[in-house]
Amino acid sequence: MTASPNGGPILEIRDLETYFFTRDGVVKAVDGVDLTVGKGEIVGLVGESGCGKSVTSMSILRLIQNPGEIVDGEIYFHGEDLLKVSEKEMRSIRGDRISMIFQQPVGSLNPVFTAGSQISEVYEIHEDIKGKEGFKSAVDMLTKVGIPDPERRAKSYPHELSGGMAQRVMIAMALAAGPELLIADEPTTALDVTIQAQIIDLLADIRNDLGTSIILITHDLGIVAEIADRVAVMYAGEIVEEAATKTLFADPQHPYTKGLIGSIPVAGSRREWLDVIPGRVPNLIDLPTGCRFAPRCRAREEAGLTICTEQRPELRMTESGHTVRCFLYEDGAT
Amino acid sequence: MTYEPPHAGDDRTPSDPEDAADQPLDTMAASDAVRDEVRMDLSGGGVSATTAGGLWRTAGREIIRKKSAIIGMALLSVLLILAVFAPIIAPYDPNQVLFDQGVSPRDPPCIHLFGCDEEKSQHILGIDGNGRDYFSRIVYGARVSLLAAFVAVLFAMFWGTIVGLIAGFFGGWADNVLMRIMDVLLSFPSLLLAIAVVTVLGPGLINAILAIAIVTIPQYARIVRSSVLSIREQEYVAADQALGVGRWRLLAHRIFPNTLTPLIVIATLGIATAVLEIASLSFLGLGVQPPTPEWGSMLAAERNQVFTAPHLVFFAGLMIMWNVLGFNLLGDGLRDAIDPRLGR
Repeated sequence: MTASPNGGPILEIRDLETYFFTRDGVVKAVDGVDLTVGKGEIVGLVGESGCGKSVTSMSILRLIQNPGEIVDGEIYFHGEDLLKVSEKEMRSIRGDRISMIFQQPVGSLNPVFTAGSQISEVYEIHEDIKGKEGFKSAVDMLTKVGIPDPERRAKSYPHELSGGMAQRVMIAMALAAGPELLIADEPTTALDVTIQAQIIDLLADIRNDLGTSIILITHDLGIVAEIADRVAVMYAGEIVEEAATKTLFADPQHPYTKGLIGSIPVAGSRREWLDVIPGRVPNLIDLPTGCRFAPRCRAREEAGLTICTEQRPELRMTESGHTVRCFLYEDGAT
Repeated sequence: MTYEPPHAGDDRTPSDPEDAADQPLDTMAASDAVRDEVRMDLSGGGVSATTAGGLWRTAGREIIRKKSAIIGMALLSVLLILAVFAPIIAPYDPNQVLFDQGVSPRDPPCIHLFGCDEEKSQHILGIDGNGRDYFSRIVYGARVSLLAAFVAVLFAMFWGTIVGLIAGFFGGWADNVLMRIMDVLLSFPSLLLAIAVVTVLGPGLINAILAIAIVTIPQYARIVRSSVLSIREQEYVAADQALGVGRWRLLAHRIFPNTLTPLIVIATLGIATAVLEIASLSFLGLGVQPPTPEWGSMLAAERNQVFTAPHLVFFAGLMIMWNVLGFNLLGDGLRDAIDPRLGR
């Protein structure tokens, strides 16, 4: 399953289950996710809002808050199960070896501190670099992420930064301690398209120059198509299809993936209507028995499969490096 | 590939998008060149965006535009000057009895400039019932009043902040226990509770300060707790956690500074209340003890002479009002300057 270009996996998630125990019932936000990230690999994690992408990433850092809880699974980071290390060790891993950037760039910066002081604090925590030296390192980092006039920007407060700049500052903070894995949770969603392109480009540069592995969480297939090496598609708390980016876009197999790709408007082409996936994301408290996508699946009706509403399909490899969770690809079916 | 990224430095790039698209994009080096160009454009001053500077500088700019805040600061600076330079300003020792210098109790003000007999010694606010120079006592009273109010508020702020931070950040039973205690404190009328505390601890300046501080702790605890509750949910807190910032550091270095703004506004207004309460306790004989000059106790000592020697009641009352008004005006101005919701 590991299609990493150079070397073994640095992160391996096995059968992760993160549930939220709410008053209305148990929300199975992440329900049996397997994911592998190789060194220097960019893995795209795609899905609709509320399908468990962000919960997966927060689970990796063990930052799930009450009433959420990681119920089961293993998260191996360099062979060490992150779910078993102490909170203290975990804290030294966060920001130092695994970092994260968030959707709201301005909101992710503390409004009462300057950009520079927030970056240098990361140096203070993880590298024990303080004072002037820390500030200098912060300015260097800002230069690396392509901020114009870094000296001045380091002294700016978050409200004085534009969204794009704030995201660069956030990336600088995340990269300050030289992490091996960067989790980017919808890093471009709040930005306009031209800035999106710049940030995506920056992420690609980071991978190429520093060899940082990246988990890119997004609902934007265009972004994934551009820089991810491999894509995992999530639906209702589970991964329904995973393949190399090219393969996935050339030959999407799961009806949900097909639906996602089909629902992207193509610039320039005029169509009467866009393909829409009928229905809505299922309630994660009361999941359908069998395949979770079955109630919305047109392919199932066309193929006349009844098993879909009775049994839960397994992730199955259809060709090398391409797995899909769908009965259409089980033995016997087409 | 859907995008043709211009790979420029920043979204405030003044350059034409078509120009940027013409740049070679294949290599890092080339894109760096573009970045450098953009950087030069920016430093050239074309886009001198916002001036760097914090919330406080903005607030400072804002506050000098507020008339009420300016008046408040003016009133307070007079008091501050009186308090700091009391020994220089006051013509007599405030506790010195001047009967041997030809004065009698409760002499009205004698100002030579306004036609008072040059033979008599000058006492611009007159003489109190014990033959002391009233003006000197008023001047020294500023010291006690300001100091006591400041100390009381600082004390209350300190403990209130700690209680609020812990209750808000850790939640659960810590929150429940701490805030219920605060509720109990709040359920008493504040002056009554202060009187009770002083009754237990015994009268005196220190105990009066302590009493007022204890009574006002819940106000600060509530303000801080509610700020913490909202700040805790902010994305930058999640971001800090993801960067490996520990709990205590998060609380002390990240959340606490964000609670300061409302805290300072409330504290400024709180000083006004504290001034009033110190005066009240002293008036009742539970605070500052004679002969220490304090406005409240001065008021109390001469309250029966209000018709025969009105100056002895009037000026002490005026000073208390002056002090409270100053802090209230400043606090209001500060709130308006800091609170972005009240329109810029």
